[in-house]
Amino acid sequence: MRPATAAFRTVPAGSPLPVCACAVAPQRFCQGGCDMAVAATGGGSGGWFPALALGVSLLKCLLIPTYHSTDFEVHRNWLAITHNLPVSQWYYEATSEWTLDYPPFFAWFECALSHIAKYFDPEMLVIQNLNYASYATVLFQRLSVILTDTLFIYAVRECCRCVSGKRIGKDLLEKPMFVLAVLLLWNFGLLIVDHIHFQYNGFLFGLMLLSVARLFQERHLEGAALFAVLLHFKHIYIYVAPAYGVYLLRSYCLTENKADGSLKWSSFSFLRITLLGLIVCLVSALSLGPFIVLGQLPQLISRLFPFKRGLCHAYWAPNFWALYNAVDKALAVIGVKYKFLDPEKMQKAAMTGGLVQEFQHTVLPSVTPFATLICTVVSILPSVFCLWFKPQGPRGFLQCLILCALSSFMFGWHVHEKAILLAILPLSLLSVQRAKDAGLYLILTTTGHFSLFPLLFTAPELPIKILLMLLFTVYSFSSLRTLFRKNGPLLNWLEILYLTALVPLEIFCEIVFPLSPWKLKLPFIPLLLTSVYCALGITYAWLKLYVSVLTESATVRQKVE
Amino acid sequence: MYGDYEAQRHWQEVTYNLPINQWYFNTSDNNLQYWGLDYPPLTAYHSLLCACIAKLINPDWIGLHTSRGYESQPHKLFMRATVFIADLLVYIPAVIMYCCYLKETSTKKKVSTALCVLLYPGLILIDHGHFQYNSVSLGFALWGVLFLSNNWDLLGSVAFCLAINYKQMELYHSLPFFCYLLGKCFKRGLTGKGLVLLIKIAVTVVAAFAMCWLPFCTEAEQILQVLRRLFAIDRGLFEDKVANIWCSLSVLIKIKNIISPQTQLKLSFAFTFLSLLPACIKLTLQPSLRGFKFALVSCALSFFLFSFQVHEKSVLLVSLPVCLIINEIPFMATWFLLVSTFSMLPLLLKDGLLLAYIGTTLAFLTVCTASFSIFEKTSAEDLQLKSFSLSIWGYIPWLKPFPKIVKSLFLVSITLMGVLSLISATLNPPQKLPDLFPIFVSVVSCLHFLIFLMYFNIVLLWDSRNSRNQKKTN
Repeated sequence: MRPATAAFRTVPAGSPLPVCACAVAPQRFCQGGCDMAVAATGGGSGGWFPALALGVSLLKCLLIPTYHSTDFEVHRNWLAITHNLPVSQWYYEATSEWTLDYPPFFAWFECALSHIAKYFDPEMLVIQNLNYASYATVLFQRLSVILTDTLFIYAVRECCRCVSGKRIGKDLLEKPMFVLAVLLLWNFGLLIVDHIHFQYNGFLFGLMLLSVARLFQERHLEGAALFAVLLHFKHIYIYVAPAYGVYLLRSYCLTENKADGSLKWSSFSFLRITLLGLIVCLVSALSLGPFIVLGQLPQLISRLFPFKRGLCHAYWAPNFWALYNAVDKALAVIGVKYKFLDPEKMQKAAMTGGLVQEFQHTVLPSVTPFATLICTVVSILPSVFCLWFKPQGPRGFLQCLILCALSSFMFGWHVHEKAILLAILPLSLLSVQRAKDAGLYLILTTTGHFSLFPLLFTAPELPIKILLMLLFTVYSFSSLRTLFRKNGPLLNWLEILYLTALVPLEIFCEIVFPLSPWKLKLPFIPLLLTSVYCALGITYAWLKLYVSVLTESATVRQKVE
Repeated sequence: MYGDYEAQRHWQEVTYNLPINQWYFNTSDNNLQYWGLDYPPLTAYHSLLCACIAKLINPDWIGLHTSRGYESQPHKLFMRATVFIADLLVYIPAVIMYCCYLKETSTKKKVSTALCVLLYPGLILIDHGHFQYNSVSLGFALWGVLFLSNNWDLLGSVAFCLAINYKQMELYHSLPFFCYLLGKCFKRGLTGKGLVLLIKIAVTVVAAFAMCWLPFCTEAEQILQVLRRLFAIDRGLFEDKVANIWCSLSVLIKIKNIISPQTQLKLSFAFTFLSLLPACIKLTLQPSLRGFKFALVSCALSFFLFSFQVHEKSVLLVSLPVCLIINEIPFMATWFLLVSTFSMLPLLLKDGLLLAYIGTTLAFLTVCTASFSIFEKTSAEDLQLKSFSLSIWGYIPWLKPFPKIVKSLFLVSITLMGVLSLISATLNPPQKLPDLFPIFVSVVSCLHFLIFLMYFNIVLLWDSRNSRNQKKTN
């Protein structure tokens, strides 16, 4: 059934050092036997999975008439571009300000969609019809997101099969599989970003989770291929590419370890690396080939990586730079007050911060794209080294992937707040496995989701976002607590205090502030507060995860020795 | 041109700006032709409360005369929020408490019962889509049931009085409440404890009513005028297309034209009374909690099918008690709740709620199927027809494969409803018959309801004999 698995299994068993196989095996989420058993129970217990999936899809349908952001127009424009123009002009067309800035596969995807779209409303496919949003257009675009989410649902199912059934309780509601399925399928962030704000993250995350699941199932080539395809759908996933690259090299191309778990270069399989290379090249050729032939690669790349945008998005994503900006702002204010700084010089950067794209730092040095790149690489490196020198099977890979995503979120250039989902969704997989990760997950998810609130600023969506958030947060807290009942409390008092303080913060931002006189003078205060406060939590979660991964690998090594 | 949303807003305007003795009277400031107040005092007080809050937010919303037809995004949010808050305060706690107090059920079953009841699409669509405050009166009635099932008869009667004083339609439920309490008094003996209880209940009910009507008790004319507003008999036998017997019959015979309104009234009263009678007698003679719930269903259904001046939304009054027995007969309850939602389809389409209708209905069906596995519970025993079937099987041997027949009937009915929904939503009716699809919908639903009425009566009547048998064997 799985040639790759069989090969991998038989090699260590036949080798003189079966120890390493044992050292790696317990770390794995799934093993052939329990995998099958879990799959069987998953299908048989009252069909809860289809019910969950159908339920959330119906909820998504109910969200169809809600507010949609400019991303809706972005995607409509792309439908029009790909439908009407030849491939050679896709990346040159600029009637709308929302030019095509996703890789070619996504453009092809829009092209395919446009052939269905014409049966709904051909008017949406006219490039000049800017901001066109008839009911049929909305219905079509929303339904396209809901239907492509099928891939996400499938991927979640595969991920659930990877979760070990060790902790299976009597009650369905206490099974890790069930909790994981709810945490992924009903993820608050994904719901509001995709189905209210409007984007196609669902099936893209589906591709990512599916490739992760394939790696867990030791179908490495399939996983690699899926990830390569994903990269050519949306290039933001390049942030987690180091984890994939290193893991595949270390645990797939190197078929064996030495007794102490270190590298054994003699086991390097040239066949495997050739296969991997072939897959990556093939996928890239399929995607970029036409544009290379047309000689449009530089144009394409300039569209994909627009460094002209500022360090931070209009609303600061809650990362390191948000803190940096806030410190700069605070220093500037203090400086002016105590006459350290000359107010004349600073007029340009007056208190408009957070609302303009180009942000000038007044006190601290301004940050260049190159500097953020260096920071990102430096912050990613330890996790990648850890994956290379102390491989812990797919679990270690998943940790590294999350760390890559979080690190790039912390230090990246022009990061969107939505990018936090890149860390939250994979972390769900870990959270149902260990109490430590569950605690981390709760902090990161709650803060990350809260930081998405400014995405929806219209009044009718206010109750929706708050209630959905409450629903998800209450469920995640209660389910994870029952799951790890024996492990004591998941969070310490400080963390609980921090998370509880989100409630007054929200009340202040949404209710008190609009009624107060500051609204006109300092309109950016709620965004700034949200961003900085969430940045604290996310930085904390990032550091905690890093520390836990680095120390954990040390202890595991000691155990092996 | 406006609907219930404007009606509710208008009531806020009227109650806030006019003195209480003008609320129900036609004056220069209160044109009763324009969405005049026609619900009992509690609704009016609720409107007043909402109006006070509205005044704080934006006085334009309730300006006398000037605010007619007012609609804006913030106002909509406000109005929707009032419904939601009322829901949170009255209905949802009642449902959760009810499910917590269910006897002999596992936690999982309690959770899934609560989920199913809360997800019932009809109430969600009418209250939060079409816009009404049904959950308040239904919630009070539910509190009444909850108190009665815990033997707090006085509290139960107070809660039910509140329900009646919020919406007069709650009278559909009044007979089972009355018969159950009366039966209970009889059981204790009408000379001793029973009499005391009866007097206590009577005093409580009178006191509760008096409290609600106190501001109107200044003169008799006030009370009479309110009553005239509540029971407007001049509105005809039925309005629009409602899935009851009169509307369905008028496809064949134009009852409204043939018979005089007075006769219509008498006729509908007679039919309602006759169809109620067996259930009420049974309940009075053998008051049991289970019988009480079934009687609530069958009485409300009788009222809905046969009584005078029925709205399509009144089917919610039947749905509420059906929700209460969803853990006992999940299959039939789910079926009924689906049909009841379907029967309101023309109204929902008019409100542009097609998408929400499809979404919530499918979600409800999914939850019911997943949590009760309804398709495996179609045997005579599961449908509580054991004793009935024992007495009837001898005569009709071909009914032996009963579960299969029921299941396929269910599938046929679901398909029919689905197809009709799709047709009504997508196709234009022929020009000669503009009401073709709504009539189809109401006739199909009415047929379903008739069968359900028979079913619930059978369960109720045969059940008591069964329980007595059980007692004997015990």
